[in-house]
Amino acid sequence: MSSLSLSLTRPSVLAARRTAFGQIVRNEARLVRRQPTNMIGSIGLPVVLMIIFGEVPTLNRPASELGGLTGFDTYVPVIMVLGLTMLALLGLPGPLVSYRELGILRRLSTTPVPPSWLLAAQVVVQLGVALAGLMIVNVVSVAAFGAPVPKSPAGLALSCLLAIGGLFALGLLIAALAPTANSVNAIGRLAFIPLMFFAGLWLPRALMPAALLQISNYTPLGAAVQAIQGSMQTGFPPAAPLLVLAAYTLVFAFLARRFFRWE
Amino acid sequence: MTTSLERLEAPAAAGVRPAVEVAHLRKTYGTLVAVDDVSFSVAEGEIFGILGPNGAGKTTAIECAIGLRQPDAGTIRLLGLDPRADRDKVHEIVGVQLQAGALPGKLRVGEILEEYRSFYRDPGDVGELLEVLGLAGKRGDFYRSLSGGQRQRLSVALALIGRPRIAVLDEMTTGLDPKARRDTWELIEGIRGRGVTVLLVTHFMEEAERLCDRVALIDSGRVVALDTPASLAAQARGGKSVRFLPSAPFDEDLLTGLPQVARLEHQGQHVVVTGTGELVNAVILTLAAAGVTARDVQLDSSNLEDAFVKLTGRNPDKEGALA
Repeated sequence: MSSLSLSLTRPSVLAARRTAFGQIVRNEARLVRRQPTNMIGSIGLPVVLMIIFGEVPTLNRPASELGGLTGFDTYVPVIMVLGLTMLALLGLPGPLVSYRELGILRRLSTTPVPPSWLLAAQVVVQLGVALAGLMIVNVVSVAAFGAPVPKSPAGLALSCLLAIGGLFALGLLIAALAPTANSVNAIGRLAFIPLMFFAGLWLPRALMPAALLQISNYTPLGAAVQAIQGSMQTGFPPAAPLLVLAAYTLVFAFLARRFFRWE
Repeated sequence: MTTSLERLEAPAAAGVRPAVEVAHLRKTYGTLVAVDDVSFSVAEGEIFGILGPNGAGKTTAIECAIGLRQPDAGTIRLLGLDPRADRDKVHEIVGVQLQAGALPGKLRVGEILEEYRSFYRDPGDVGELLEVLGLAGKRGDFYRSLSGGQRQRLSVALALIGRPRIAVLDEMTTGLDPKARRDTWELIEGIRGRGVTVLLVTHFMEEAERLCDRVALIDSGRVVALDTPASLAAQARGGKSVRFLPSAPFDEDLLTGLPQVARLEHQGQHVVVTGTGELVNAVILTLAAAGVTARDVQLDSSNLEDAFVKLTGRNPDKEGALA
């Protein structure tokens, strides 16, 4: 990632570099479109879950133990981070590790374009998928299932970006450490369960005992759900979960950069 | 076999400065010495071959030469540039095809080439390159649907799309059928015709004989011979030899006594005589004088492969089959 900096200054050269990056992004986007498995996991699965939860009567009555919210309302942020997690743990590192396995990163390091550009292009494309997924879940939850309109759209946007930051950095760390594309799957699936547990997939955060909730607050997905839920239901989220997400972003990104092997 | 110092130098007439200069290159991995001491110089417009058995250090030497690896010692210059210090400039003028590289299966041939084309300031034309490489009809095909030979040719195309001044090709025809191999040779001769210098790693002796102006034979991390393919083949022969079937038994001293004859051996019914000068005439005339006819006369036809076997003690084709 260190070679991402552009040392060229002439405008024509800069334009050429932009074209090269654009071409890489274009082909990466084509690959995502042609191999839709990860889009199904990160957009399709959340929408299906939402439809199922939206049809369960007990989840759609305001509950006193959830502070007057419906179960469905508390699940929307969980479903949002679930899509992001699928994408970050599998969709992002998978292609990068297979590019290393196929010798594509190595081939690129013999061209004027550094292999880090391919990594950056992959992040750009997956960011697009992530934002599309979040948008779809939000719009469907409000339009089709009567969830309340988010109280703080700015807070929601910031929370989502920081959640993406922390999770994508974790995905890059997996890409750095996983030796093969198959091992990305194994690592991703293994990490998915504890991460999603603290997000409240099986036990909503509102029902967690105090000690468990404290732990959850300091996990990437616990903090993400806390920030997203706050933005949706009360207003601009508290600083604590945002700082936790920012810290995860920095730490995972540092480690990913430290351990990434280009061949 | 000694390599005279003059042979290390590229022919002076071929170019002003060498396109590739490698001097006393050394690279170790822990205790393993991959490249011990390799020096060679390639003139602009030359096709230079690097031959050697598996594990001889060919690929490591090439990877150092193009800046993918940091050598432990030695200097490398590509058209005067240091491949690591002047990385950006070097990547613009050197096209590389490495061994065993694949590409995403669900990208089309044209899409891949357009992407790599955008990396260079003055790239070649995609359609023209596909035409020359016999991939013209494959532009819209997914990479995963290509045959091994077609993938290999696409890989060569990616090395050439930036219109490099030096092309480095590592085992470019491995896995190609004979027809595709000959087509690729024509392509290489064609790009040399445009003044491109070609550095070729190969284990096909026929390829080296057909294409290379000079070859360096590398074994155990050292250059054991460096010369034109024809000259190496001649050196390997160690003189001439003639093999024949005598019509009747004869006194061998008749032949071994000749000044032209160095050695006489039996191969079943056949006799092989090795020597120098007007060997064939001397042998046949002497036998005729003794009333013996030499039948089934065969002259030695040693080639680069014999040089390889003689210098490394290994068979290049078997090495290739294992690779």
